[in-house]
Amino acid sequence: MKIGIVDYNMGNLASVNNAFKKIGTEAEIVNDADKLKNYDKLVFPGVGAFGDAMEHLRETNLDEAMKEFVKSGKYVIGVCLGMQLLFESSEEFGKHKGLGIIEGNVVKFDKNKMQGHKIPHMGWNKMFVKNDALFEGVNDPYLYFVHSYHVVCDKKYIIGKTIYEYEFVSAVNKDNVYGFQPHPEKSHNAGLKILENFVKL
Amino acid sequence: MEYFAKRIIPCLDVKDGRVVKGVNFVGLRDAGDPVEAAIRYNEEGADELTFLDITASHEGRKPIVDIVKEVAKEVFIPLTVGGGISELSDIYDLLNVGCDKVSINSAAVKNPDFINKSSKRFGSQCIVVAIDVKKIAPNKWHVFIKGGREDTGLDAIEWAKEVVDRGAGEILLTSMDTDGTKAGFDIEITEIISKLVHVPVIASGGAGKMEHFKEVFEHSADAALAASIFHFKEIDIMDLKQYLHKNNISVRIN
Repeated sequence: MKIGIVDYNMGNLASVNNAFKKIGTEAEIVNDADKLKNYDKLVFPGVGAFGDAMEHLRETNLDEAMKEFVKSGKYVIGVCLGMQLLFESSEEFGKHKGLGIIEGNVVKFDKNKMQGHKIPHMGWNKMFVKNDALFEGVNDPYLYFVHSYHVVCDKKYIIGKTIYEYEFVSAVNKDNVYGFQPHPEKSHNAGLKILENFVKL
Repeated sequence: MEYFAKRIIPCLDVKDGRVVKGVNFVGLRDAGDPVEAAIRYNEEGADELTFLDITASHEGRKPIVDIVKEVAKEVFIPLTVGGGISELSDIYDLLNVGCDKVSINSAAVKNPDFINKSSKRFGSQCIVVAIDVKKIAPNKWHVFIKGGREDTGLDAIEWAKEVVDRGAGEILLTSMDTDGTKAGFDIEITEIISKLVHVPVIASGGAGKMEHFKEVFEHSADAALAASIFHFKEIDIMDLKQYLHKNNISVRIN
């Protein structure tokens, strides 16, 4: 089993790599589109702006390589911005087209609904999880979030929900593709367990 | 029911590669190895760790990249580093080894544009602006820098607004009046600033008892930071979380 951690110039990957080391799984950071296919599973992490990220993915052909990898049937998990990029579009700083691997969109937290809750949503929040192999042995965990935008999609894809003033989608699954809004690599034992479950899929 | 947790953040004040804690920022005593301390806090249920290289800024040294690199191999909760950060390359070096956020203090005051530049480059979510405040008159606080050695003359409330406008994603607010006293957080200024800005505010300085955490969380703090009481095991983090949970404050107890 060899995990590829996709590097598209959007932030720190050392923690993701450290987390796989900690659970005893071989992982490597990969930024070459031609090499994605050499891995058994991919982690697609990232923090930062949606538009910049898509631009970088297009410039490096990683966008097409990601889509090819998904078609091959091998497992992928998008984390934080990486989850959001799997969807069709985002309204972050204008309208941006995403990878379109899962139907749905990315929207800003509705500030008008916030009463005392701050944006960005930063900190530990409970995720209410569906029965899914990703959550084996993890019971509605507290996980670490850092984001100002969230996904809106059909409920058939939703495997995790979180309440921050209102309920939003915090984890999704479509066939061999997972999306995960919080940072498992920063979510202590619960996060490491979820990564272990991903390795076992 | 609130499912979003208030955060408990142990702070490791680091000097010459060792953890120290001063009273009112002077009179340091050695208290251990930073990597070991970080691992202990991680196991005990800390929600996040902050490392402050307390002598870096006035001695003009660079941050503690090597320590963070070692900690990030064993500790899987958010890590914040402050002290001596004045260039984008300092931030890059830290994020690259597994640090999640950096705390900027003196450099933000001297060159406020650095907040804009760094948040634009790395995202607001990883730019914490540390503000050390001292009450100078009724309802009037000034911003201090260099570990409390220098009064900048800046009004703390105005400065808090400005740093958020410039892109800070969080404020670490330390009261020089309560720091090291163990008499409780500075509720007054914490509540004023926390209610004013739309980013999280971490209260710091003065924690001595569990009640102090309850009090500051009830007065709008999003997170609370303390050093010596955790470091010398005067308060156990899990005991503190159980206490807060019983008092209807949402905390992470997995």
